[in-house]
Amino acid sequence: MADFTMPSLGADMDAGTLVEWLVREGDTVHRGDPMAVVDTDKSAIEVESFDDGVVERFLVEPGARVAVGTTLASLAPLDDAPTKVPAARSPGAATTPAAGPPARHGHHRRPHTPRAAPPPLRHHAAELGVDLTTLAGSGPDGTVTRADVDRAARASAPSPLPLQRRAEPGAATRPRPRRASPYARRLAAELGVDLASVTEVGGDGAVHAAQVLGAASTAVAPVPPPPPAATSPARVEPPPKPRGTGASRTTIAALMSRAKREIPHYYVATTVDLGPLTEWLRRSNRERGVSERILPAAALLKATALTARDHPELNGFWVDRAFVPGDDVHLGVAVHVRGGALVAPAIHRTADLTLPEVMAALRDLVARARSGRLRRAELADPTLTVTDLGDQGVEEVIGVIYPPQVALLGIGRVVERPWAMDGLIGVRPTVRLTLSGDHRATDGAAGARFLNTLEERLQHPEAL
Amino acid sequence: MTSATVAVRETTYREAMRDALREALAEDERVFLMGEDVGRYGGCFAVSLGLLEEFGPERVRDTPLSESGFVGAGVGAAIAGMRPIVEIMTVNFSLLALDQILNNAATLQHMSGGQVHVPLVIRMTTGAGRQLAAQHSHSLEGWYAHIPGIKVLAPATLEDARGMLGPALEDPDPVLLFEHGTLYNASGPLAEDAGPVDIQRAVVRRQGRDLTLISYGGSLPKTLAAAETLAADGIEAEVVDLRVLRPLDDATFTESVRRTHRAVVVDEGWRSGSLSAEVSARITEQCFYDLDSPVLRVCSAEVPMPYARHLEEAALPQPEAIVAAARAVVG
Repeated sequence: MADFTMPSLGADMDAGTLVEWLVREGDTVHRGDPMAVVDTDKSAIEVESFDDGVVERFLVEPGARVAVGTTLASLAPLDDAPTKVPAARSPGAATTPAAGPPARHGHHRRPHTPRAAPPPLRHHAAELGVDLTTLAGSGPDGTVTRADVDRAARASAPSPLPLQRRAEPGAATRPRPRRASPYARRLAAELGVDLASVTEVGGDGAVHAAQVLGAASTAVAPVPPPPPAATSPARVEPPPKPRGTGASRTTIAALMSRAKREIPHYYVATTVDLGPLTEWLRRSNRERGVSERILPAAALLKATALTARDHPELNGFWVDRAFVPGDDVHLGVAVHVRGGALVAPAIHRTADLTLPEVMAALRDLVARARSGRLRRAELADPTLTVTDLGDQGVEEVIGVIYPPQVALLGIGRVVERPWAMDGLIGVRPTVRLTLSGDHRATDGAAGARFLNTLEERLQHPEAL
Repeated sequence: MTSATVAVRETTYREAMRDALREALAEDERVFLMGEDVGRYGGCFAVSLGLLEEFGPERVRDTPLSESGFVGAGVGAAIAGMRPIVEIMTVNFSLLALDQILNNAATLQHMSGGQVHVPLVIRMTTGAGRQLAAQHSHSLEGWYAHIPGIKVLAPATLEDARGMLGPALEDPDPVLLFEHGTLYNASGPLAEDAGPVDIQRAVVRRQGRDLTLISYGGSLPKTLAAAETLAADGIEAEVVDLRVLRPLDDATFTESVRRTHRAVVVDEGWRSGSLSAEVSARITEQCFYDLDSPVLRVCSAEVPMPYARHLEEAALPQPEAIVAAARAVVG
């Protein structure tokens, strides 16, 4: 009996939030299979099983934040003998009667398909009559190993009802598995085409991309879940992620989907005159060395932190259907990292830092984020995130809240605009500030008050 | 830039190479050419015809029949500050100078901790197709592409024949140029102002979506001809000219294969342990999950190159074999 517990993903991590399950009750999992997405406050991370087994029961619901070591799911032991499998999964099966044939592990195991088996292994599997598509890989990245194939061959041989046949009613009448090119296998995975259902082959007897594309075009024609797919969980999965996206994309995808699914966002925005701030910075920067000069971005962060202290209802987390205020203001700063990743590490106690300290912290944080040397403490518990895309040239950022936070401030580019003030029109540097708020925690009025305070603070930069 | 503003003239690979030599000799007094028969005879393939008269015997030097001797002299001259261009008659004869190339020219930079550079350019003829039999016809550039410390170039077009020598001379380390014997008479239009070309990257010589044909040197025209034949049947082959055999520009051909999902490598070298094997391995390493067919190779038969015309033709990669391989991978 092995349990799947909340892992410690860093020395100072004491709790984590379960974002979503990647398996279902009754599923067979192997050591190394991703089981769940866990939010460590820094990013969502796929957590893998440490054991082989059958997922018996989920003990924690997605969205719950639990201490490290808490049992998330119970696993029943898995025996190689297939006769044991039905017994092992019976408790789980009882709770999910409509979960489909659970023995067909490997298909709904993860949202993207593991890499195809190398040619020699496919050959080996074909010789033994093992259908690789039914195997869960135990190798790195979920790849199927020779041992997996041998195990499946042993498992199917002595049993009157071989594992994969019981799972796939049509299997008994299916011809021997065909050879398929690596690209064809990848395409099939991406398009949700079951290779075994591809009847056409190329001139060399192998399935190539053309045949997969042909099968995909005919499969799309009928009603979305086509009749043969009813028993195959693989068919009802959403299309897997496109190629070229790594784990970071997966985790960002999970987190942002959760944000948009769960958080009812509201947005309030205002355009602020940055004249006083830029003028004050220009003057004060004159006395600073080149490397100590302060950018408007740092001043905006400092002003935001002070404002967040004034409005604690926007500085904190939505946990278990209630708002939990942050213990202090730790501004998360969204940083794009080369390769497509996005992190939002915190500047701790931002409101207590002097402006030069905020500038230094920002510079340091961005440099280390891009070189991948963030400290765990920085990744933990930002209470409010700021995303400044001004350097990318956009004028307005309407952002997605980073769960479980309850607000996010989007900052655009500093733009010179005609500006009416005191009955006169002048050209002023301005910036568009957009607050995304979690409507469960606060209402638009709170967001509006926040922006008003922030605007007011930016008119008195010397107080920063 | 349009053709109306750039003067173009009809020229040959041989003349383009000669123009490049002439320009190098005229522009830098440290440059000199030496080799067997390069002066009075005008080069055994007439590449240096007239250069002795133009630049004199100090700059265009005939050498004794001793490859090890005159390549070694080139290494020494290069270390001493000259910019020698050494011509070796054929790649088969370069084996007599392999000690100088591999043990001296290629190693000194590393063994001296970067203190000694050998800015030497070695030109040689390679390849078969002219009934010169097994001692003058082999394609051994793949062997040289195995050696760290040197750069190996294979000009296959008039532009590259005209434009590779200049950058090769500017390189602080040894550069080998392999000129395929069947290309010298190749003719076509070349811009009057044709100048230096990039000697870092491979080049896509023909765009296509259905498969990638990867070739270089004397096999390039055959590969392009095969691509024409395939196009008539609706198969659009992309043709990549490697140009730089060391260091190989993986990025260009892997990018192409990721788009077309199929590759055929055409190499006049023998298949076993060849440059085509290296290219194929890199495709498998880097594009495995994009491949829709095994990578195929079209190489020379593994025999010493025959003398008889029909046997020589049968031993070499020919457009028909390239077309057949392409059809096999497209399926």
